[in-house]
Amino acid sequence: MRPPTAACPGCIAAPATPVEDTPTEAKIAISLPTIHCQGCISTVERELSAHPGVHSARVNLTLKRAMIEADPDVTAADLVPVLEGAGYEAHELDAGSLSATQTDKAGRDLLMRLAVAGFASMNVMLLSVSVWSGATDATRDMFHWISAAITLPAIAFSAQPFFKSAWSALSVGRLNMDVPIVLAIVLALVTSLWETTLSGEHAYFDAALALTFFLLAGRYLDYRTRAVARSAAEELAALEVPRAILLTDAGEQEVAVATLQVGDLVLVRPGGRMPVDGEIVTGQSELDRSLLTGETLPVFAEPGITVSAGEVNLTGPLTIRATAVGEDTSLHRMADLVAIAESGRSRYTSLADSAAKLYAPGVHILSALSFVGWYIYSGDLRTALNIAAAVLIITCPCALGLAVPAVTTAASGRLFKKGMLIKHATALERLAQVDTVVFDKTGTLTAGTPDLTNLGDFSRADLEIALALAEASSHPLSQALTKAARDAGITPAAVQDIIEVPGYGTEGNVNGLRVRLGRAAWVGADQGAQTAAWLVVAGQVPQAFLYTDALRPGAEEAVRNLQQAGKDVLLISGDTTGAVEALANRLGITKWVAEALPQDKATRIQQLADKGHKVLMVGDGLNDTAALAAAHVSISPASALDAARVASDIVLLGQDLSPIADACDTAIRATKRIRENFRIATVYNVIAVPLAVMGLATPLIAALAMSSSSITVSLNALRLR
Amino acid sequence: MEVLTYLIPISLILGGIGLVAFLYTVKSNQYDDPEGDARRILSSEWDDHPKP
Repeated sequence: MRPPTAACPGCIAAPATPVEDTPTEAKIAISLPTIHCQGCISTVERELSAHPGVHSARVNLTLKRAMIEADPDVTAADLVPVLEGAGYEAHELDAGSLSATQTDKAGRDLLMRLAVAGFASMNVMLLSVSVWSGATDATRDMFHWISAAITLPAIAFSAQPFFKSAWSALSVGRLNMDVPIVLAIVLALVTSLWETTLSGEHAYFDAALALTFFLLAGRYLDYRTRAVARSAAEELAALEVPRAILLTDAGEQEVAVATLQVGDLVLVRPGGRMPVDGEIVTGQSELDRSLLTGETLPVFAEPGITVSAGEVNLTGPLTIRATAVGEDTSLHRMADLVAIAESGRSRYTSLADSAAKLYAPGVHILSALSFVGWYIYSGDLRTALNIAAAVLIITCPCALGLAVPAVTTAASGRLFKKGMLIKHATALERLAQVDTVVFDKTGTLTAGTPDLTNLGDFSRADLEIALALAEASSHPLSQALTKAARDAGITPAAVQDIIEVPGYGTEGNVNGLRVRLGRAAWVGADQGAQTAAWLVVAGQVPQAFLYTDALRPGAEEAVRNLQQAGKDVLLISGDTTGAVEALANRLGITKWVAEALPQDKATRIQQLADKGHKVLMVGDGLNDTAALAAAHVSISPASALDAARVASDIVLLGQDLSPIADACDTAIRATKRIRENFRIATVYNVIAVPLAVMGLATPLIAALAMSSSSITVSLNALRLR
Repeated sequence: MEVLTYLIPISLILGGIGLVAFLYTVKSNQYDDPEGDARRILSSEWDDHPKP
């Protein structure tokens, strides 16, 4: 195409195309977990398109996500309130963490190959059916030649994944499931071509294509399951947009966490997570360390205190000076522990691998024996080769290739609907073997939000004052107090001059009397063992609001169901003995360990494993990561730290814990189905292989055996849904 | 049997058209959001004229 020529000479001087210095469009991704119907799609797209600066917005209902193209100055922070105003929960997604899911090249590649194999095998099957129903002589030869012309290029394209995988196994001197597959395909093609040139009766072109098609279908199912899990896991990671507020001479500046350096001053607002390890320079607040240590009591923070990446700032803004960033933070150092523990898990051999180990050499030996036997018996190379090829084709692991992926796809789909994400390919098989379940406490069995326990101990007047003070603060204890008081029908008293003193509490005046709600030391009381907020009205004795950790929904049910299923349930926590004992009694857990260090947790699990137990670890914090990686199989809630989610095999997407017991049950049934499928595949082989070895197999029998066993196996897997 | 000279090429071409159509749909991202596409037909937006 020629560049457009200018109409008048004066325009020639102006550049024909705008110079692209800066990106002209910002791509924004927003997660919309609650959308579910056509109405939602329309509303979201309309609201977004109406926002100034937005060029286009498209909702993806499958991923529950909106992709927006807009002017560079539009940010997700502008768009989220728009959607929340329309009644949809919306979260910004980090475009960087998402990029991997958007171009799904591998999946598309497999789908193309599957399509080519499918279309080619349909055409060839059409020709083969004519041959089986009686085409002879020249017609048969022509059909065979046409089949060859379709099959050879189709196989050359679609069977490439098997060729590559078999080659990579052979080049390091190992056998995998793909070696007999490739051998069967190649041998089938070679003997069929040879037969065709000699005007022979039997050609296995259709079998070679059907084999490729069924096996690719298995591969694709397997790939899809993992791709769905991966994209959901990436979305979880993308929900935490890694940004921090850097304080420079020029003022506040929002930057990516990765660009922070040692010595930088970083502002952490209340509710924010520490991006780096550092020391507090200014500000007073309280820190929630539960994700790192399992302690539920917030820790007081003031200048000079050191903080670690991952801690949550609760009440007042803090300025910290970074002492370690990125890989050097304590958060990342924990990853080393995980790496060590994980080497243990790779020892697990999946059912498919152990089947392949038995199967691959067996098939080769059988086929070679029939070749040698027939060559000695008949002295005819052609007959012997034909029979060897027939044996390979009939024994070829069509059904075996589908047996595992069909079941895991069905089981993962079922669990995904219940809010569980299976991240690891063999997680279900390992989950089925579990006999001991270890729970973490804070953030796992408990929701990490406090519940007020002693509302009834206070007079109404005191409660009204407390409510007025509590409503002025966003501290978790204040919010719990507000909720409990409001539920009890209390209305706030008129309190003047309320101020929040970060790190201590809130204070104000009632009729000239000073009232305070906050830390024990601040109101002049002694700190007890239990989580408490203290109320003091000037001149009176301080009174304590006592809190217990709220249970996560479904926690009791999960523990009870697991115990009923005959599993040993343990509670190992980094929290204080009193808190752990109380929770264990409440849930009926008899074995518990308190004040466990991160390494203790992993060691305990190792000890259990050494005794022959298969341990399921459920945990969310940084102090659990080593234990999660050391366990036979592990589950973490979506609220867990990124490091913990990465270390675990299964992620619980919802708040509810009850699907855990269900998952164990589904896993056991899935494993049973996989074994059943292996048995079905074997039965077909037991019937068809003797025919092939005796030289009685025809392409028709091969096609029947292959298709019916593959379909039976897939249907059996579907029973799981 | 002369009919085969027509029928075989026809069947191959029809199959080929199907394959090409499928590959086109894969290449143009039509399987990215199966659930959303199934719902979008229920919308009355753009019923009168296509989306610009």
